[in-house]
Amino acid sequence: MHHIYCPYCEETREEEEYSYTGEAHIERPKDPAAISDEAWADYLFFRSNPRGIHHEMWYHAAGCRRYFNVTRNTQSYQIHETYKMGELPTITAASLDQAAPQGDAS
Amino acid sequence: MSQVNRLATGGRIDRSKPMSFSFNGKTYHGFDGDTLASALLANGVGIVGRSFKYSRARGILGHGAEEPNALMQLHTGNAAVPNPRATQVELFDGLVSGSTNGWPSVEFDLMEWVGKMGGKMMPPGFYYKTFMAPQKMWMTYEKFIRKAAGFGKLSLAPDPDTYDKINAHCDVIVVGAGPAGLTAALEAGRSGKRVIIVDEQNEFGGTLLANNQTVDGVDAAQWAQQATAQLTDMSNVVVMPRTTAFGYYDHNFVCALERRTDHLGPVSTSGSRQRLHRIRAHQVILATGAIERPLVFGNNDLPGIMLANSVSTYINRYAVVPGNRCVVMTTNDSGYQTALDIQAAGRTVVAVVDSRHAPDGRLVQQAKAAGIEIMTGHGVTEAQGSKRVVGAIVAPLDEAGDTLTGPAKTLSCDLIAVAGGWSPVVHLSCHTGSRPVWQEDIAGFVPGPSIQNQHLAGAITGDYKLSQALNAGVQAGAAAVGVESAHVFDCGDESEGAAQALYLIPHTKPVSRAPKQFVDFQNDVTAAGIELAAREGFQSIEHVKRYTAMGFGTDQGKTGNVNGMAIVAKTLNKSIAETGTTIFRPAYTPVTFGALGGRDVGVLLDPARHTAMHPWHVANGAKFENVGQWKRPWYFPQQGETMQQTLNRECLAVRNSVGILDASTLGKIDIQGKDAREFLNRVYTNAWSKLAPGKCRYGLMLKEDGMIFDDGVTACLSDQHFLMTTTSGGAAAVLGWLELWHQTEWPELEVYFTSVTDQWATCSFAGPNSRKVLEKLCTDVDLSAEAMKFMDYREGTVAGIKARIFRISFTGELSFEVNVPADQGHYMWQKLMEAGEEFGITPYGTESMHVLRAEKGFIIAGQDTDGSMTPQDCLMGWAVSKTKSFSFLGERSFSRPDTARADRKQLVGLKPIDPTVVIPEGSQIVMDPNQPIPMDMMGHVTSSYWSECLGHGIAMGTVKGGCDRMGQTVYCPQADGRVLAAQICSPVFYDPKGDHHHD
Repeated sequence: MHHIYCPYCEETREEEEYSYTGEAHIERPKDPAAISDEAWADYLFFRSNPRGIHHEMWYHAAGCRRYFNVTRNTQSYQIHETYKMGELPTITAASLDQAAPQGDAS
Repeated sequence: MSQVNRLATGGRIDRSKPMSFSFNGKTYHGFDGDTLASALLANGVGIVGRSFKYSRARGILGHGAEEPNALMQLHTGNAAVPNPRATQVELFDGLVSGSTNGWPSVEFDLMEWVGKMGGKMMPPGFYYKTFMAPQKMWMTYEKFIRKAAGFGKLSLAPDPDTYDKINAHCDVIVVGAGPAGLTAALEAGRSGKRVIIVDEQNEFGGTLLANNQTVDGVDAAQWAQQATAQLTDMSNVVVMPRTTAFGYYDHNFVCALERRTDHLGPVSTSGSRQRLHRIRAHQVILATGAIERPLVFGNNDLPGIMLANSVSTYINRYAVVPGNRCVVMTTNDSGYQTALDIQAAGRTVVAVVDSRHAPDGRLVQQAKAAGIEIMTGHGVTEAQGSKRVVGAIVAPLDEAGDTLTGPAKTLSCDLIAVAGGWSPVVHLSCHTGSRPVWQEDIAGFVPGPSIQNQHLAGAITGDYKLSQALNAGVQAGAAAVGVESAHVFDCGDESEGAAQALYLIPHTKPVSRAPKQFVDFQNDVTAAGIELAAREGFQSIEHVKRYTAMGFGTDQGKTGNVNGMAIVAKTLNKSIAETGTTIFRPAYTPVTFGALGGRDVGVLLDPARHTAMHPWHVANGAKFENVGQWKRPWYFPQQGETMQQTLNRECLAVRNSVGILDASTLGKIDIQGKDAREFLNRVYTNAWSKLAPGKCRYGLMLKEDGMIFDDGVTACLSDQHFLMTTTSGGAAAVLGWLELWHQTEWPELEVYFTSVTDQWATCSFAGPNSRKVLEKLCTDVDLSAEAMKFMDYREGTVAGIKARIFRISFTGELSFEVNVPADQGHYMWQKLMEAGEEFGITPYGTESMHVLRAEKGFIIAGQDTDGSMTPQDCLMGWAVSKTKSFSFLGERSFSRPDTARADRKQLVGLKPIDPTVVIPEGSQIVMDPNQPIPMDMMGHVTSSYWSECLGHGIAMGTVKGGCDRMGQTVYCPQADGRVLAAQICSPVFYDPKGDHHHD
């Protein structure tokens, strides 16, 4: 069971207080009427499903009722960071790849 | 029977506290400090059960959690406990125990003959191969298979015990209180940080309790006692014996089961029987030790064949020698310790049979000096006996242990102690996703790398020396609290000789023809079965496991898995590192459902929400239904009424006079802020810009895919203040939805949402006389049709209470909803009942509400819609604004090709051709009932009721292209063969012009 730091409450709380609410950083198109059906369908239905680093939204439903972002490894369930809505992650799959020592992949 | 195998002195039992107990109906005696297993062995009981598949006689193999054979049935009546291992059951006076199987008895078991005769015909996959067809017979087969498998029985009566759960947090949890765990906890505890140490046994110390060595110059068991006392004295350390950490979950979450009173009697007399501890730890130290492996040879499952380390434990800890003439079969030095222990106990060591050709470790020298016969380069190829081992056939082996190199001879014995090497207890380390790693030099799996804040200490790392365990514990404890420690233990245990990796001792016959060589005792998996699985093409160890059932028992293959994997690897010509291991999942040992449930049973299973008027409903005989967690009155039957008669009476009262409904459960969200109006524009389909204070409007809420998600009436209380209502079940989801859009997309809008569902009690009263009732109680609001129109909102005083009054209708009749603060809801309800008495005011429940709204064609989001219905599909295009400047949620999806299809399923009315028929809800709708199956499914019935006021059945349903099929006849074929016909019509059956609610 996850132990999640709420960036608004500034406390680490049990997973039971939160709900997972999907991939983070999916922005609603500014003018939905102006975009193609394909682009709208992409916004509606298509989500990444990475094995590894994933940025996702969680809702502190039984706490402060705030939505926030979590950078989580979907394979190990390690949580690298949590950050407020509107902020960007400091840890990404790319940044971890760069940080890994050369030749590690082999 | 006397305790024939009990030693006169020694052990950690209290001879001043004798206890009697029964096993399979006979009475035996033991002492305080015994386990059921040690007491049975003391009394010379050999057979404790029958095996799973072949019904072979089985005795006790081990002394702890690894025991595969000695599953017990404990206690009687409603306290019955099935399947605990005798090795983990503490003896108490009066304990009633028995085997879980064996008929007519474990000593003489008829199923054994089935096993003997049919054994050759029961290869792995036997059940799949034999009972596969016909499929419908499986349920019948299964009944007999389960019975033959013969695990213990539960009482069907309620459990007389209570259980509870507790949450805990700590800096360090130490799992296992053997040598490594004790030093780890001492080291961590000295730092002052919060430490929890758990151990599954009644006494801390682990292997120290049955060890002849000394620690810091003190007898090992005595040192363990001193260490435990020190820990108990530390106020920052929680010491928990009889507590099994059975699961290790993400982010250092450990679940532990504490058996509080199991050792005292069948039913607890002092609080809960067991307690589930949910522990969140900053650091986890696993000091879970290692389990000895048995050796695989012919008939290696006979009673009297035991793990060597277990034999030593019974002698040293329980003062029980489970045999008189013992052969020790070993592949490493630890078997010699057992030989020395047996000899010291005054029994005969026939020989130590060592597969190695030139062992010369410290213990080997000691055994030689003690005059024990040692047969190096030999192996036990087969045990002799039927209900008890009577001899061991021993033959010389080559250096690799693969081939027999000479003639066999038979050693007469009644006990074979087997020492096949050690398997670190990696179970908990696996639970968080870390895969164990094969370590060739110790011939065992050790925990793999982990991302948890986890430390390992002691035998779990594959180093089995006592000094090492103590020192590793110190290091782990220090590391867990971030200090350095210089404390070093030296127990004088010089290095042992190298162990030999030997997983299957060859027989003169090939594996498939040799007497059964068991790998997994609990599930009766043999070496031949595993080889067969590999030959049949199962290559992945995970598949072999599932096909043979190896490791699937309640012991999770603690003794057998490594031998089995090694046999698979050898058959496939691979290394063990290549074939790998299956991984262990929680729970380490079985956990009672009682403990998992804790107090969350009965009325506490799920919270129930009651409205302010609930006591009135109860007092007036309401039947309730669950709506989410709410208990809502379903209907209010009077003496002698059927449910349908009640509904007819309630509905007619509303249509003809006045009825009253408790609508408090509807979700209520208070919305304030200067941008509240704009926010509503964005989340609802219709326009809110011009809704004046004192007016209400019905709104449809869509997901971005254009599908209806929730609906309700929202009132404008003032220009920047709205009260939104939601469906009873959707309140929390709607609040989350509003917050989501405000917080993630439109934070610039100044708007605030507050759930006020529980703060207000709501009475809805409907019917032509409803105004007259309200007028008697409310004098400060002009309620006339001219002054307070349909969909108007007023604040006023009702029965002396400040109230919010809405003229809205879910029944199609003139109707009012009055909200008052919840603590005055019960009073208001009573006042309305009094005021309505002269009009025969009739309380009605959710069922009549459903009938009344269906007569009007009003939808219930979630019943008539299912997340695939647009407003247009529900013929509610009127609720969708086409002029809003902002593209409200879901609007863009209306023009998606799939959403714009003309032949989508649309919600229409269905009038049964036979007026007496009520079509069952959920019925499938077809156009041609004579079409061969599979018929073209056109839709289904979503709502269906008997309408007393119309005198016929009514229904709503989805039908493909339904709007264009008005007047057509559709059919609903039923499971019983009936075909119910209905005509497609408008869903508004009653008062289609809407005159009534505008009156």
